[in-house]
Amino acid sequence: MSAIEWGYGINAPRTMDLDRNDIGPAREILAEMPEWGACIACGGCTATCTAGNLTSFNFRRVHTLVKRGEYAGAWAEMNKCMLCGKCRLVCPRGINTRGVVRLIKRKLGDY
Amino acid sequence: MKRSSWREYEKEIAHDHYYYARSCIRQNFFPGSETTFLRIMRDVLGKDIYDDPRHTSCTGIGYHTDIVPLDTTMAVVARQFALMTEAGYENMAVSCITSFGLYTEILETWHEFPETEARARENLRQATGREFRIPKNIAHTSDLIFHNREEIERQAVRRLVDAATGEPLKVVEHIGCHYAKIFPKSGIGGSEFPYVLAGMVEQWGGTVVDYPERRHCCGFGFRNYLVQANRGFSIANSRKKLESMAPYKPDMMVANCPGCAMFLDKWQYALAEMENTTYGADGRGIPVLTYEEMAGLVLGYDPWEMGMQMHQVDVEPLLDKLGVKYDSAAKFLGRGGKYIGAPKPVAVNSFSGDRLYRIKQ
Repeated sequence: MSAIEWGYGINAPRTMDLDRNDIGPAREILAEMPEWGACIACGGCTATCTAGNLTSFNFRRVHTLVKRGEYAGAWAEMNKCMLCGKCRLVCPRGINTRGVVRLIKRKLGDY
Repeated sequence: MKRSSWREYEKEIAHDHYYYARSCIRQNFFPGSETTFLRIMRDVLGKDIYDDPRHTSCTGIGYHTDIVPLDTTMAVVARQFALMTEAGYENMAVSCITSFGLYTEILETWHEFPETEARARENLRQATGREFRIPKNIAHTSDLIFHNREEIERQAVRRLVDAATGEPLKVVEHIGCHYAKIFPKSGIGGSEFPYVLAGMVEQWGGTVVDYPERRHCCGFGFRNYLVQANRGFSIANSRKKLESMAPYKPDMMVANCPGCAMFLDKWQYALAEMENTTYGADGRGIPVLTYEEMAGLVLGYDPWEMGMQMHQVDVEPLLDKLGVKYDSAAKFLGRGGKYIGAPKPVAVNSFSGDRLYRIKQ
């Protein structure tokens, strides 16, 4: 490797490369809970989220990232969920959002 | 809806009598390109072009880094126009993409806000006592080479093809962002279908590589590079382009912007040192040419006379492929045969078997 002290490194890209992302775990979650695919990303879940009102937890953001194969930090984020289920009451597509939280935690524990 | 006209993608380019506005940075990075341009315009095309030693930097880099105020920039640009007016010219040929974008931007500003033009005229008058006329036509110098590409082809001694196989060379063309992304009507093909370099490549026998990140910025972006802490962003952009083009195995890149040609060339050295990654054939870098150099090779000019020894990535593999005869011993001989010094061997130019050649297939 380089012996030169550059004073800077190469910035990691912040774009998602869907060709490189491992979409397998997301597909497994979707297979177990196909209704997750009906999400229209309205954000009702996040708006009503108790944990989201107290912390930076954003359920819509995290589960959308997971759907695209961006798993870094997802498991830790999902631990902020209090499993109160208010999001499930407001979801216009009737998705078992609490179930999605639990599935993500179960599948992505190693990520 | 059917497009009513392609006319909005066309550009008026003057046929003759130009005032030449040089670039400040090109003369350091690619020192022979502007001389080559003048040689082509005068000797090959028989055009009248005035190379004025009195004109200065356009202040574009200072302007885009928020160091030079807009009023100062306008006064400096007004002075360039005044020098052109005094020399009896109405058409401006601008060597630098930054300058070209800046002149275009200032003319648009003056058009939309006439009071800014009046202020610039007054500032110029007070500072230098000069007056100016707005140029009738402003063209980037790559526009002029594009405009005359058929005549250059008629006088060409070779085409952009592999001399051994006759196959067209695969050329990556990179157009500076300030050429047509700021004011699309200022460039040939606008910002959607920029054809200025692709037109030359195709006319002279090469094929253009259409890769995913073709229109991505080279990474210069002024303050992205000029502030050391931001350079990681700059090099990340160049890497993104290089990774995107590498699978197509291009023979060369050609750029019409001083910054783009410099960064696409020199960042290859930095990436090879930092990551042990090269992007060209045989573990070497991909040569980066200016469009003048490309035209010069087609016209049979000596590569060392055009300053191609100043490139970071060695051009010899490309010259060999094109069948260009050159004197290796004369590479680092300057004017009068004086030795100008040779750079140390670097990773980007020397393939060895243990080098990691990481290209996403």
